[in-house]
Formats: sequence, structure tokens, C-alpha cells
Amino acid sequence: MARITAGVATSHVPAIGAALDNGKAGDAYWAPLFAGYEASKAWIAAEKPDVILLVYNDHASAFSLELIPTFAIGCAERFQPADEGWGPRPVPVVEGHPELAWHLAESLILDEFDMTIVNRMDVDHGLTVPLSLMFGQPDAWPCKVIPLAVNVVQYPPPTGNRCLKLGQAIRRAVESFPEDLKVVVFGTGGMSHQLQGPRAGLINAEFDNAFLDRLVADPEGQAAVPHLDYVREAGSEGIELVMWLVMRGALDREVRVAHRFYHVPASNTAVGHLILENPSA
Amino acid sequence: MTERPWDDIPGTILFDARQSRAGFHLNQFCMSLMKADNRTAFKADERAYLDRWPMTEAQKNAVLDRDWNGMLALGGNIYFTSKIAATDGLSFQQIAAIMSGVTQPEYAAMMLAGGRSIVGNRSRKEQARG
Repeated sequence: MARITAGVATSHVPAIGAALDNGKAGDAYWAPLFAGYEASKAWIAAEKPDVILLVYNDHASAFSLELIPTFAIGCAERFQPADEGWGPRPVPVVEGHPELAWHLAESLILDEFDMTIVNRMDVDHGLTVPLSLMFGQPDAWPCKVIPLAVNVVQYPPPTGNRCLKLGQAIRRAVESFPEDLKVVVFGTGGMSHQLQGPRAGLINAEFDNAFLDRLVADPEGQAAVPHLDYVREAGSEGIELVMWLVMRGALDREVRVAHRFYHVPASNTAVGHLILENPSA
Repeated sequence: MTERPWDDIPGTILFDARQSRAGFHLNQFCMSLMKADNRTAFKADERAYLDRWPMTEAQKNAVLDRDWNGMLALGGNIYFTSKIAATDGLSFQQIAAIMSGVTQPEYAAMMLAGGRSIVGNRSRKEQARG
């Protein structure tokens, strides 16, 4: 049987990918950020997941305004890094796991989560930056990756509660897959940031750290927080944090915190990172 | 126009249904700039390229003037309008500085010092009360 052993949450700031791709990771500006992921790289090298289910959002790369799926699952054999206007990131092609992805799509839809099935999709920094942070710069990603894209660009995104429940349904679906696979769920995006308008550059470290505390200890409470609170307190793009609740829902009620990191700034954004382990796994 | 709860958040335009409907063609024009050939055509004659899209005159002028806040007010979404910035060779941080009315070094210094504070930036009503 497949099982979910752990969850990883991390911001997915594009400038982090650019810093790595352009050889600037050792610069004074970036070094403290990458230092916060050294333990994470060691952790995932030891964890050796077979599949990562990576919850992220597309930033007008694969989805324009023609079609805006709330939850979309990537069922393809592979996903190419997107050209976001500067050429595609020089990172490996993302190999999918169509068999598990299709099983998840079927199970989730019958479990009343109406997923959009995606058979062709380029993946942007929202998906590739978390892989870079956790694995560095390998010639090939060391495991399969199933993209799960959540709309957070067009208001309203799904509620925190819906995201938490999707995570719970993902767990049921993974555990009904017969093959013996080790699955780690990633929740990405955030933390506080605003990229637009006169309030651009907003950072709210107090909100972010309270979110990190509560995501671990009281996920139901965090899931009840309305969108308006995120937008007001964490910035218009800080609402990406609802995606972390999908990851949290896929884990045990009580989790072990293997790693926690917080850093300001990465370009316009506060960076947060958690590794949570399932004691039952 | 009906007041929505998020209209109270200062310096912020939420990309809601109202904005999305107003900005559909503006944003789809921005999306077209993901292709190198389109970027070349746009740069060669911006006005002619914009005229291929059923955008309003105000939207076209906001693009021509690189009025980044104006584009947002007219329905632009930042992830789309940033494609114009990429075409111009500007970084996200450079347009964030322009939108918030400071120079890029000033903006970068603010971020290094912990970012823009939430204190005083939560609510227009709160700001009006002082």
C-alpha cells in the first residue's frame, strides 16, 4: 500500500530559482536563505520519497484567464519547465507518475472533490523552486512528481477548510493505491507578500509565525481563517498560504516538526519552511 | 459601485470578478508576450500591436505609459502585467518599487529592513481615523 510519510511546506519565490540558476546562492544576500535548507536537503536525501505530490499555484504560465481550474491534477508522463518570459529555468524535466495521478483523480472525484485532469502542462517556478530548494541542482530529479495546481490568482481561491479537507481526501486516496510507495506531500507558496500596488513589499512576521505555529498545532482553527484576514494581514499574494493546508490535511492530527525556518526577505517575500513527519508512518 | 469588504484594504486591488471581467483582454494581451515573436512585434510598434486587442483606450494608454498601478485599476493582474515588465527587462522588484512610489534602492533597503510594516497598512478606515 502507498503511504504518506511526511509533508514539506515552503515558499516558492521565483528570485530564489534565479539566484540558484545564476550562481548567486553563495552571495551575502542569498546565503542565509539557502543555509536554512541545508538540513532539509539532508532530510530528504535520507527520506527518499518515491513520489512527491506537489501542491502549488501556476502564475499565468500554463493557465491564462481562458480557463481557471480551482484544483487541477497533472496526470502526464512528464512536465516541461515553463518559459516565464526569461526562457525556461535550466532544471530537469519533471517526471510524473501517471498511474498514481490517475488513481488520485478517480478517487478524489468519487470522494466528491471535482478535480480538473491535466494531460499537458508546463510547470513554472511555483513547482520547480521547491524542488530546487530541497534537492539542489541534480541532473535529474530523484523522484517522480505529481503536480497539483490550486487557483490563487483569481479571487476567490478555495477556502482554507476546503484545502484541509482535500488533503484528508488525498490521504485516503494514496492509502488505497496498492503499490508500495512512499509519498511526501509538498504545500508551497507564501508567506506574507504583496507584489502589487502602493502596499507592495508588505511583510508581517508576526502573522507568518503564528500561521506556522497554528498549522502544526491547530490545523482546523487555521483552516477557519477567512480569506480577508490573509489578504489584509499577509498581503494580496499571501493568500497562497491556503495551499499549505492541503499538505497539512494529508498528515496525522499530531505531527513531528523535523525542521522549521523563517527568513526575510527573498526579493519581495517572506520565506517560511516546515518539515512535518507522520508519527504513524 | 458596491463596496466590497476588501476595498477597505489600502494600496491593494484584489483580482476579483469585477477586475477580471474588466481586464480580460488586457491580461490576455499580456499573456501573448510569453512568445518571443509577439514580444518582438510589440516592441517594434506597441500601438499597432495593442490595436489587435479589443482593449479600452484607457487600458492601451496605461500600457503605453507603463502606468503599472493604472493597469491594475483597469483590470490588470500583476502576474500578467509583469510579463510587460519582463519584455522591458525589468525585474519584479523594480516594478514593485515604481508601484509603491519609491526608487528601487529605497525599496530594496525597505525589504532588507524587514519589509513594509503592517502597522498602519491594514485598513483605510483605520488610516482615516489616524
